[in-house]
Amino acid sequence: MDWQVFLNDDGSGRTYLQWMMDAWGWTLAVAGCSWVVAMVVGSLMGVLRTLPNSPWLVRIANAWVELFRNIPLLVQIFLWYFVLPKIFPSMQQIPGFTLVVFALGFFTSSRIAEQVRAGIQALPKGQRYAGMAVGFTTMQTYRYVILPMAFRIIFPPLTSESMNLLKNSSVAFAVSISELTMFAMQAQEETSRGVEVYLAVTALYAVSAFAVNRIMAFVEKKMQIPGFIVATGTGGGH
Amino acid sequence: MGGLDLSFFNWDVLSKFILKGFIFSIQLTAVATIGGIIFGTVLALMRLSGKKILMYPATFYVNGMRSIPLVMVILWFFLLMPTLIGRPIGAELSAFITFIAFEAAYFSEIMRAGIQSIPRGQVHAGQAVGMTYAQNMKLVILPQAFRNMLPVLLTQTIILFQDTSLVYAIGAYDLLKGFSTAGKIYGRPEEAYLLAAVVYFILCFSLSYVVKKLQLKIAIIR
Repeated sequence: MDWQVFLNDDGSGRTYLQWMMDAWGWTLAVAGCSWVVAMVVGSLMGVLRTLPNSPWLVRIANAWVELFRNIPLLVQIFLWYFVLPKIFPSMQQIPGFTLVVFALGFFTSSRIAEQVRAGIQALPKGQRYAGMAVGFTTMQTYRYVILPMAFRIIFPPLTSESMNLLKNSSVAFAVSISELTMFAMQAQEETSRGVEVYLAVTALYAVSAFAVNRIMAFVEKKMQIPGFIVATGTGGGH
Repeated sequence: MGGLDLSFFNWDVLSKFILKGFIFSIQLTAVATIGGIIFGTVLALMRLSGKKILMYPATFYVNGMRSIPLVMVILWFFLLMPTLIGRPIGAELSAFITFIAFEAAYFSEIMRAGIQSIPRGQVHAGQAVGMTYAQNMKLVILPQAFRNMLPVLLTQTIILFQDTSLVYAIGAYDLLKGFSTAGKIYGRPEEAYLLAAVVYFILCFSLSYVVKKLQLKIAIIR
């Protein structure tokens, strides 16, 4: 092992350590922005799928989930990066970072939508009727009755989806976003110190995933309502 | 639709470029599923054994694998395998080993949940009729656990099939590579990616439809 390799110059005036830290920043930026997209779109689609009197909105949201769930993430990134700008030339102005954020965000939104739908449908029907009984509109019923409970129920799977999203951001290497995996591949090639480089990158991923886990656990605890017990879910995925 | 031309795609392209990659993707999925379930069941049994010497290594392995991205695992194995074996191995063989090792961690979590979903009374019943641990597992627990877990296992297999596209990182020739190669040769990379997306979608969508039907069927019987 030769950890000094991280102090070497990478040829552009910065050390490999600095490059790696920049790459870590890109990973966190991709994951963070995608997370916002995924949560907003995923929650919206999840809610639409449970609307009582709008069959077409339900169908559209279901189609959304099926579309983004059944194509591999890498292929979706290629679609955003190569295919869409070819069909819509105006998209050629959009930077690669933004395209990857939308690719990863929409991909994850289908999984979030699935969790949100499951959370809403896990609630007793009486909750919805209670909202209607006090004269709430559908919007108000969701805002004040259903969603506050549904989101608390699905917090554990949301946590693991957030960690998945962070790990999935590694796929952005395929379109040359200079994030951690891209750094790992390039630095390995340039320095021939693959083990050291991979170990460091793997450690950063593990630390980041753990940090996401802790942050979500902290928020979950803050949001807890005494006496409202939620069941934990199991699931695969990655 | 600005400038998409799908006319290059014909039988010739299909049999020359796509088929080879498709077969590899299916092989990789099948081998990784079977190998992953076997290895994953062993890991799950180790974690549930109650013996620390078995529990800790298995827990460390599963949690370790689950906290790093698959792409990194693929790169790791591709880097380390030649050193471990002592001779260079191809991207394809490396992919097989990687996916078994990686998916085992996920399958073991599914198996563990499946085994834990069997009521304790079943275990005790097996013990009461004088079964050994191995007999009890083989004849009583695992058949029921597999049945409970079948829909989740199949869903994981669909995810696994999608993940095989990540062998892109080490240049193995899979379904996606088949399309991108054809796209490059015919100068139509965008169209090739679009077709790849359509093929993946049709395959995964029909498979998940089957799983959904199966789930309903199993739910009625129980």
